[in-house]
Amino acid sequence: MRIALSVQNLTRRFADFTAVNDVSFDVEDGKFFSILGPSGCGKTTLLRMIAGFYRQDSGTILFNGVDMGDAAPNKRPVNLVFQNLALFPMMNVYENVAFGLRRRGEKGAAVDRKVRDVLERVGLPDAGEKQVSQLSGGQKQRIAIARCLVLDPTVLLLDEPLGALDAKLREHMKIELKTLQANVGTTFVYITHDQSEAMVMSDRVAVMNRGVFEQIGTPQELYHRPKSSFVAQFVGSNNKLHVTLRRDIHGAALARYADGVDLRLSEVCGDVDANEPYDMFVRPEAMVINPDAAQTNFNSVPVTVKAILFDGGNSRLLVSPEGTSDELVVMLPQTRQFDHIHAGDRIRVGWDAAASLCFLKSDWKLYDEK
Amino acid sequence: MKNKHGISLGFLFFFLPVALWLTLLIVLPHLELLRLSFTSTSHEGLTLVNYMAFFTEPIYWLTFVRTAAYSILVTFLVMVIALPVSFYITKVARVRTGGFLMMLVLVPFWVSELIRVYGWIILLRESGVINRFLVSTGLFRQPVEMLYNDITMVMGLVYTSMLFMVVPIIGVMDALDDSLIEAAYDLGASKIAIWRTIIIPHCTPGMVSGGIIVFMLVLGSYLTPNLMGGKNSLWFTEQIYNQIILYFNWNQGAAFGFLLLVLSSLIIWAGLRLTGQNLREVVK
Repeated sequence: MRIALSVQNLTRRFADFTAVNDVSFDVEDGKFFSILGPSGCGKTTLLRMIAGFYRQDSGTILFNGVDMGDAAPNKRPVNLVFQNLALFPMMNVYENVAFGLRRRGEKGAAVDRKVRDVLERVGLPDAGEKQVSQLSGGQKQRIAIARCLVLDPTVLLLDEPLGALDAKLREHMKIELKTLQANVGTTFVYITHDQSEAMVMSDRVAVMNRGVFEQIGTPQELYHRPKSSFVAQFVGSNNKLHVTLRRDIHGAALARYADGVDLRLSEVCGDVDANEPYDMFVRPEAMVINPDAAQTNFNSVPVTVKAILFDGGNSRLLVSPEGTSDELVVMLPQTRQFDHIHAGDRIRVGWDAAASLCFLKSDWKLYDEK
Repeated sequence: MKNKHGISLGFLFFFLPVALWLTLLIVLPHLELLRLSFTSTSHEGLTLVNYMAFFTEPIYWLTFVRTAAYSILVTFLVMVIALPVSFYITKVARVRTGGFLMMLVLVPFWVSELIRVYGWIILLRESGVINRFLVSTGLFRQPVEMLYNDITMVMGLVYTSMLFMVVPIIGVMDALDDSLIEAAYDLGASKIAIWRTIIIPHCTPGMVSGGIIVFMLVLGSYLTPNLMGGKNSLWFTEQIYNQIILYFNWNQGAAFGFLLLVLSSLIIWAGLRLTGQNLREVVK
């Protein structure tokens, strides 16, 4: 497979702050690649370097194997869909789409044919004569993408273009963008802080934090086999338990939680250092309410139900393990089997030892935790 | 607070001063001037001789054409200079530097136009600062008179009207989203193409309102063309001044005044039509 975009050892500093630190990755031609990270992680700086708006301090950017060097944004085979879309309000939709073609010096029938063709492809064949202000949010989105696609770029960069849309439309546009990308076959590099957008649309996702890529992989890999504490917390939802690790007389790893509960682990935790604090992660959907006590290699913890977070198919229980003030989130299947559970009840929750992961405790906080 | 006619006191309070000001200081004098312009000491009753004089005496209408042509030139030059200046203040300089630069544009206007023109005279006259410098460095063998020609006059007019173009253009340029410029750049536009397709179309309302203000100010200015242009640079306002003050011919002066008003309005109307602008949108 041909590599459309190759980024090698890219670094960019602002004064004494390193926004992007030695980042390298390749994007195969025709793939949907996402860069996922919290705000301030350096993903926009990275994107602007690829587009040519910032100069890197070191490292190289190659499109189809060609080093871009110092090339200005208007000389690169890459186009950017801006966060606020940046459609030109002084032109109608047709002129917006034709803008790049005209700047290339194309004229007459060729421009007309290409513009009509791309408007057709994004599903707005009759929008040409409209003013930008007459378009709905989703239509603006599609025109902003059409304006770039008409230039047939090697890579299309998208800077959180769904951020400004309301929730329902965003859900719809996720699917639409993915379908559009599959149809046109252009390489997409998509930047977002929304892990759901990245997971739903992408072939591969890079998780970025503090200027470095923590992990690159398919959405499934990131979800099931996160390589760091940050990825485990940021991708999907996760419960975090502060534990210490030790090995029992048979050599199996055990996690001591809350001064008394020993939790079984599978061997995915790597080395065990009894002196270090660890974070143990268990996904809400891996947790079973009132598990069958006879299962082997299974952990079970008594908890108190603090609240029922009803959200249709995404309903959860907020529980607190006994003797702690920690809060865990447990998936609550809406099969009516658990209708008898109420706030204040004492139940047990359990999970398969293979479903949990451990990482050395990191100071990083996703949001203001206690 | 309404009387039987339904007019509130608050409305009267704010409307009356405006109405009085307009009627007493604008409408009444103009009505009197209008009457004067249609009468003459040598004719009985209403007459058009004052207006006919403008068209039959070439010195009058040529002075007007000259004045109008130079006003258009000055407006154009001010626009050309004000665009990059405003761009630098709003988009390139940091917020604090931009405010400082704006002050630099503003401060000269705290001084009266007369003093500013005298400043130019001190710099440019035969025994002035610039001549002395050039002669002392040996670049010029003898001082050259730089005042009292059309180029100096145009320069002075550009200088005195710069603020009235920079302020409205900064107003609209501030509202221009930077990402539009970046998007155009990203889509392959050169710097010239960005100015032509994005920045200037966006700034047109500010350029038009600034253009109207500058054109009217320059056309009606008296001090700068008189002091910097000297005897050779005849300005139409000087004709009005001469008629009223020198010849005590109020009738002729009033007619010139109305011709200036009508003809300059016509030029602005034509300018708006030619550039496809709508006054209503500009005022908005």
